[in-house]
Amino acid sequence: MSLFVNLVGLVLMALVVWWFWLSHRKSTAQAATQEATIIVEDGVYSPASIRANTGQSLTLHFDRRDPSPCAEQVIFQGLDTSAFLETGKTTTLTLDNLPAGKHRFTCQMQMYQGTLIVD
Amino acid sequence: MPTQTRTQTLPISGATCQGCSRTITTALESISGVESVVVDLSSQQVSVTGNASRSTLQGALVQAGYGAEDTDGLPAHDHDTADETNTSAAQSVQLSISGATCASCVRTIESALRNTPGVDNADMNFADRTAQVTGTASTSALINAVSDAGYGAELLDNSADQQEQQEAREQAHYHTLLRHMGLGLGLGVPLMAWGLLGGDMMVRAGQTSQWIWLGIGLLTLAVLATAGRHFFVGAWKAFRNHNANMDTLIALGTGAAWLYSMVVVLLPGALPEAARHVYFEASAMIIGLINLGQALEVRARGKTSAAVKRLLDLGAKTARVVREGPNQEKTEQDIPVEQVQTGDILRVRPGEKIAVDGTVKEGESRIDESMLTGEPMPVNKSTGDTVSAGTLNEGGTLLYAATAVGKDTALSQIVALVKKAQGSKPPIGRLADQVSAIFVPTIMLIAIAAALVWFNVGPEPRLTHMLISATTVLIIACPCALGLATPMSVMVGVGKAAENGILIRQGEALQTSSQLDTIVLDKTGTITEGKPAVTDIICAEGQQEDTVLKLAASLESGSEHPLATAILNESKQRELSLDDVTQFQALNGKGVTATLNGKTYRLGNRRWLENEGVNINLDSTSLTDKGATPLFLSEQQTLLGIIGVADRIKDDSKAAITRLKEQGLKVIMITGDITASANAIAKQAGVDEVMAEVLPEDKANKVAALQKEGRTVAMVGDGINDAPALAQADVGFAIGTGTDVAIESAAITLMGGSLHGVADAMAISSATVRNIKQNLFGAFVYNSLGVPVAAGILYPLTGNLLSPVIAGAAMSLSSVTVVTNANRLRFFKPGHGNSKPDKESNA
Repeated sequence: MSLFVNLVGLVLMALVVWWFWLSHRKSTAQAATQEATIIVEDGVYSPASIRANTGQSLTLHFDRRDPSPCAEQVIFQGLDTSAFLETGKTTTLTLDNLPAGKHRFTCQMQMYQGTLIVD
Repeated sequence: MPTQTRTQTLPISGATCQGCSRTITTALESISGVESVVVDLSSQQVSVTGNASRSTLQGALVQAGYGAEDTDGLPAHDHDTADETNTSAAQSVQLSISGATCASCVRTIESALRNTPGVDNADMNFADRTAQVTGTASTSALINAVSDAGYGAELLDNSADQQEQQEAREQAHYHTLLRHMGLGLGLGVPLMAWGLLGGDMMVRAGQTSQWIWLGIGLLTLAVLATAGRHFFVGAWKAFRNHNANMDTLIALGTGAAWLYSMVVVLLPGALPEAARHVYFEASAMIIGLINLGQALEVRARGKTSAAVKRLLDLGAKTARVVREGPNQEKTEQDIPVEQVQTGDILRVRPGEKIAVDGTVKEGESRIDESMLTGEPMPVNKSTGDTVSAGTLNEGGTLLYAATAVGKDTALSQIVALVKKAQGSKPPIGRLADQVSAIFVPTIMLIAIAAALVWFNVGPEPRLTHMLISATTVLIIACPCALGLATPMSVMVGVGKAAENGILIRQGEALQTSSQLDTIVLDKTGTITEGKPAVTDIICAEGQQEDTVLKLAASLESGSEHPLATAILNESKQRELSLDDVTQFQALNGKGVTATLNGKTYRLGNRRWLENEGVNINLDSTSLTDKGATPLFLSEQQTLLGIIGVADRIKDDSKAAITRLKEQGLKVIMITGDITASANAIAKQAGVDEVMAEVLPEDKANKVAALQKEGRTVAMVGDGINDAPALAQADVGFAIGTGTDVAIESAAITLMGGSLHGVADAMAISSATVRNIKQNLFGAFVYNSLGVPVAAGILYPLTGNLLSPVIAGAAMSLSSVTVVTNANRLRFFKPGHGNSKPDKESNA
């Protein structure tokens, strides 16, 4: 019994590490269009991963459906870009001359998390 | 309209299964121009690649039996037009329509709009009585077209209205959270009271209490499924995205407590007797408390954006437009400010706000610009002067021509800039960001580890201890406080600065401003007025000041030299009437000469007059000591007087420089002036050091040299001539007079002309950075103390584990505390002459 409980605990810990840190998120190919709609609801951006072409501008439509204050702002870390999102509305944000790399976009509290992959 | 290939994402509703997915794919693929269709049922979206228009796609979706409207209730042409605007310069405007009662009205209105020249497309949404119009037609033409069709229309692009709508939605959300809190606490409080008052919380197999606990367990499930639904849905969605957030922690904590309790209720025999305790009250209480915390946070957060709301409220709702009729008769009409077009002539009466940016065409008045520039004194405006939207007309009536409307006004740009800056983060917040990114999974690992430690080395009942420690760790950890620490303070600090006429462009400037040790001030226009003026008049025996000035002004009336302007302005102020002179001559580097009543008069420098044989028998050193330029006036060979002309230092420059020095800064003046006159100004202003005879292009090099000495340097100058030096400095302050400053030219823009703005900006920055530090310290300490205590580190001393309910209360209060602390900044007063970075006790 003791061994079993410990084993379950360790497996759970390994799963946490694997699922949240090691395994990769699905990415959504948007490369051809440089435009995407992201739904902001229930603590997640859908899709949470956007792929775009470097050097071009990317237009993102944030459709905020979550009224909690957590969702009110989207911040693109390192890109000096942010936007206030109105509840029940679609807010359009254009990012110009995207530099290559992985850029996180989050809410203020970083509960909402997304990745913008530019290559 | 361009029809290039692109991928559009459309929200759908009513699609629940793979069958729906196939139906939608078939419906859309049958449309000409559609290349591929991908339906995502989980996010209720469909991505369509091709060149079919969005409305065609939406029509096909509706025909196939599914909802296809964008969530904002608009047929989603706005998304299309973003592209189209770029290529055809078309605009997309949204009109609010009144008087439409039936579907046929929709057709009439749409057709009226589409028939308007310049309109590419018009769609009306009957549900919310709005029309989306794309094209190049003017707003007034669209409104007229709808009016001619017998309906009312107005532009729906008012950010103040949007703000109101947003507030209404926040209010609704607040009430929802309170209802959820009521549900959670409504069940949790009686249960907890029962336990605290000695009621039996243990399940005994085969007794009635087991059935009662089963009922309570189901009630708790109902609470979790209603008041706690959003936590569970959020946790699940985040999990699927390989994310973990606050919802994950709450869902895991409350879910674990409920699940364990249900096992106790259903299979009591499977657990040791001491472990047959139920924790339904913990689940219900935590849900109630976290909802309460979120409700309080919504309230507190509303205040953090008060500054932007105040700025938005400055805008006038209506404008009085002066129009010319067909017979050139003039009529005046009050119209909504959104309908004002560039070029319109507007009238503003005393006590009214200026509606849009413009240029005065007629009239004189005083305008209170304090709301934008922070300058307390009203500014005189007359023909040719500019006026800004949101400022208050105090005196007479003005007629002005609109030069910028809507989003182009200085006020709108300021609001946009402030909003953008409020979203930026100073580097001090980066550590918190890094921690936040890995926070939740780390807490989950700690919770499991704590449970295992209790299982392996803890006393009995081990299972209960495992559950309590793991649940409490999950619940007490507060990623929100950590995540909110920096942005909340930045939001309030940037807003506070804007209220004082200080525009901070990036969060980074906030932090650097609080670390400065050297400040370089440009002389002309920064320390001084930037406009030479007459400072002194020294008269020869038997001469009057006014006589000397009148003669000098008469001589200079034909000149456009800045010194001449100073003399003419002074004579105008003294209401002196000028004489007509003849044979006027301006001699470069010498002065001017002219003839009046047959006599030759000269006004110029000493050397020239001495060369002309004039006996200079008056002492001018008192003028040069002050940094003024002496101009000698002679009649034939007799000296009549000396006029001192100088660029006066601003009234409050000295006091502001004293403040800066009190803040521990080395204050340096930089100028192209010759050393003697620069020293004179420097002495009056009280600066520590002077850099004189510096060419404009060398200013940036001087700043760089200071930086090489290891100094953190701020440069203050006008945003145009000093741009390279402003860019070179660690923080550039562009100082302006009025709202027509180039707000993109520096990290910080002072809309007022006073140097107190620099001291204020630094005081606000220091207060904000300190507030951030307090928040970060509080959040880090809270989590790094709370989590070990929750895991049971104090058990050997106290013999008790922390209750999950207390953890829930602490967690919900922690983020409220951060927001409340940030809100304290709202009461910070930089105050002229009384603040230092370390002196603002109220923040």
